[in-house]
Amino acid sequence: MKDNTSNQQRDAKSDTTSTLRFVDEFRDPTKARALIKEIENLLEQIPQATDRPLQIMEFCGGHTHTIFRYGIEQMLPGRIELVHGPGCPVCVLPMGRVDDCVALAERPDVIFTTFGDAMRVPGSKKSLLQAKADGADIRMVYSPLDALDLARKNPERQVIFFALGFETTMPSTALTVQQAEREGIDNFSLFCNHITTVPTIKAILDSPDMQLDGFLAPGHVSMVVGEAPFRFVAETYDKPIVITGFEPLDILQSLWMLIKQLAEGRCDVENQYSRVVPSGGNPAGLSAIHQVFELREFFEWRGLGSIDHSGVKMRDAYARFDAERKFSVPNLKIADPKSCQCGEVLKGVIRPWECKVFGGACTPETPLGALMVSSEGACAAYYNFGNLPELLAKRQHKQNKGAAA
Amino acid sequence: MNRPATKPKRTLRAETITLAHGAGGKAMRDLIADLFVDGFANDTLSQLEDQARFDANALLNAGDRLALTTDSYVVDPLFFPGGDIGKLAVAGTVNDLAVGGAVPRYLTCGMIIEEGMSVADLRRIVASMKATADLAGVQIVTGDTKVVHKGAADKLFINTAGVGVIPKGINIASHQAGPGDAILINGFIGDHGAAIADARGDMGLESHIESDCQPLNDLIQTMLAACPDIHCLRDATRGGVATVLNEFAEASKACIRLDETELPVRPEVRGLSEILGLDPLYLANEGKLVAIVPGDHADAVLTAMRAHPAGEHSAIVGHVAESPAATVILETGFGGERIVDMLVGEQLPRIC
Repeated sequence: MKDNTSNQQRDAKSDTTSTLRFVDEFRDPTKARALIKEIENLLEQIPQATDRPLQIMEFCGGHTHTIFRYGIEQMLPGRIELVHGPGCPVCVLPMGRVDDCVALAERPDVIFTTFGDAMRVPGSKKSLLQAKADGADIRMVYSPLDALDLARKNPERQVIFFALGFETTMPSTALTVQQAEREGIDNFSLFCNHITTVPTIKAILDSPDMQLDGFLAPGHVSMVVGEAPFRFVAETYDKPIVITGFEPLDILQSLWMLIKQLAEGRCDVENQYSRVVPSGGNPAGLSAIHQVFELREFFEWRGLGSIDHSGVKMRDAYARFDAERKFSVPNLKIADPKSCQCGEVLKGVIRPWECKVFGGACTPETPLGALMVSSEGACAAYYNFGNLPELLAKRQHKQNKGAAA
Repeated sequence: MNRPATKPKRTLRAETITLAHGAGGKAMRDLIADLFVDGFANDTLSQLEDQARFDANALLNAGDRLALTTDSYVVDPLFFPGGDIGKLAVAGTVNDLAVGGAVPRYLTCGMIIEEGMSVADLRRIVASMKATADLAGVQIVTGDTKVVHKGAADKLFINTAGVGVIPKGINIASHQAGPGDAILINGFIGDHGAAIADARGDMGLESHIESDCQPLNDLIQTMLAACPDIHCLRDATRGGVATVLNEFAEASKACIRLDETELPVRPEVRGLSEILGLDPLYLANEGKLVAIVPGDHADAVLTAMRAHPAGEHSAIVGHVAESPAATVILETGFGGERIVDMLVGEQLPRIC
């Protein structure tokens, strides 16, 4: 019977599967198998000093998403352990900032605009999704230019754009503010929560319990900032780092490049994602960023605490487009829950499912910690996609408990 | 000479619906007579009693159980490529009956109309309901109309309830999936969800994705003729194929294994999903079913499905295994595996 089915399936395939150019080439399973074989060969050249696996951090939430979506983790040799970094801007937003968003959004004169996945991030009292249900005028947009357009069409209302993300999204917000200035659109402003990559990687490297062996650097951030800002990782901290694209073969090739560096005893910045990332980054984007934004002294991260120079604010020249100065925000600091072990997960000290509250008090429906918030967060990714015996046992336990209740 | 004592045909002359059309007077009578009674055109409805009446014996001779279901439809925009709220309201309720193995017979239609709604649009929607009902072989036999103040509803909400008869010997239930069973889908997934996202125009894409909105009752009868022992059957509407499979896996305490390379997805839908960071497995469908059948009947059912216009692109997309129980696992085309869980909330586009 099995053979019949597979014949039928092959028939089905011919008229139902579709190919997408520039996408499917980067998802080829044959190439994947070949790369994994190469990685295994390289690993043999690296002496196994301890029983500790090689820990490699992918910084960016986009990479985490790809790793889970394609099930890359189980395909890798057991000696490689991926540590899923803090590069999900939605996850690391502290509760106090979400409260500020809600306060701004609930002003009757305001249309509050945001990217979709920020809607669900819990504040201390409610998320933007709940605020919307309570009557706040909150609209999902795909680009800050959509928000500017709303401001043009609603001159009697104040349109605030919830600017967040790493350097990837900074140029588009900066250019939108400059466009607003040129057109004299005064009812448009930003609630600026942009964060920076380099100080955060540095904070992770400086942490005493850090055990990482190498980094996959964020591809889209690098497209803006270029290769140079990552040099300190190799030069000062002696860790190899590879700028990585977002398709599954990109991830495997980057891991191969990284393991090759380890095998050869090198520490360099290498660029796997050269089809998108020029070594000098994007000068026009960088110049827009520098015109509009300047570094904050420090910025508070969910799970990591305060990190020096890890956020940007708007320069005085653009103060009239700065929602924090235009309106009053509560600006309260809300501490992370004590039981939350996000910091240790982020540094690879424990695995997500080893956290005390994982899957119990902390689930994607009721996230306590940063990493459970968005599908790009490591804990949410494990909770949703993870196919590991430890996880399945935990999930089963919870279901049984639910059934008993 | 005796003239026949017929009243003149009532026509609705207004161009927009006002509160008067819901007030119980002549305006409302015109609306009902002209739009609904003439539009849905059947003898039971035109009796204009407060309830539809039908012969109980005729129903009982067709099977040994009645099936009853209800659903409300609130789509924005009302008209979208491949359908409209009316087609959706008939096909959706027909499908809810049909996936239980029932032969759908009668539908009700409750409309909540926001004042200011265009009568021409309403006529188009009624015509579309009638056409879909004819296609599915059901009659819309009773209804209700309310008109509400501007802002109290979004143009038009429709509720339809449906009655059908389940033939003797048909027992479809979501707890019956077992190891060795095959999983079938009747074609491309995610079309409706993608069409609606596209039709809202937020993205300004130049694609033309059509909703798959269609009644499935005839396809299902064809499948049951090929294999009366279909174990599980559901239409994969909100929450998509992933949600239905999770419901089956949980109810059956079984593991469902999907093969990503066999999932039929149109290139346009894949493209839109790639751009927005959505997963077609979770996108809504309005004319897609997921069936779990005994492994040794899978080929026969697949052949029957492909011979039907609503199942041309059907495929076997996976199989049922024993463990881990209550879990859906996707074998990715890339060579890995991942869990396909229920969605927590709405699928939201990702930021970068």
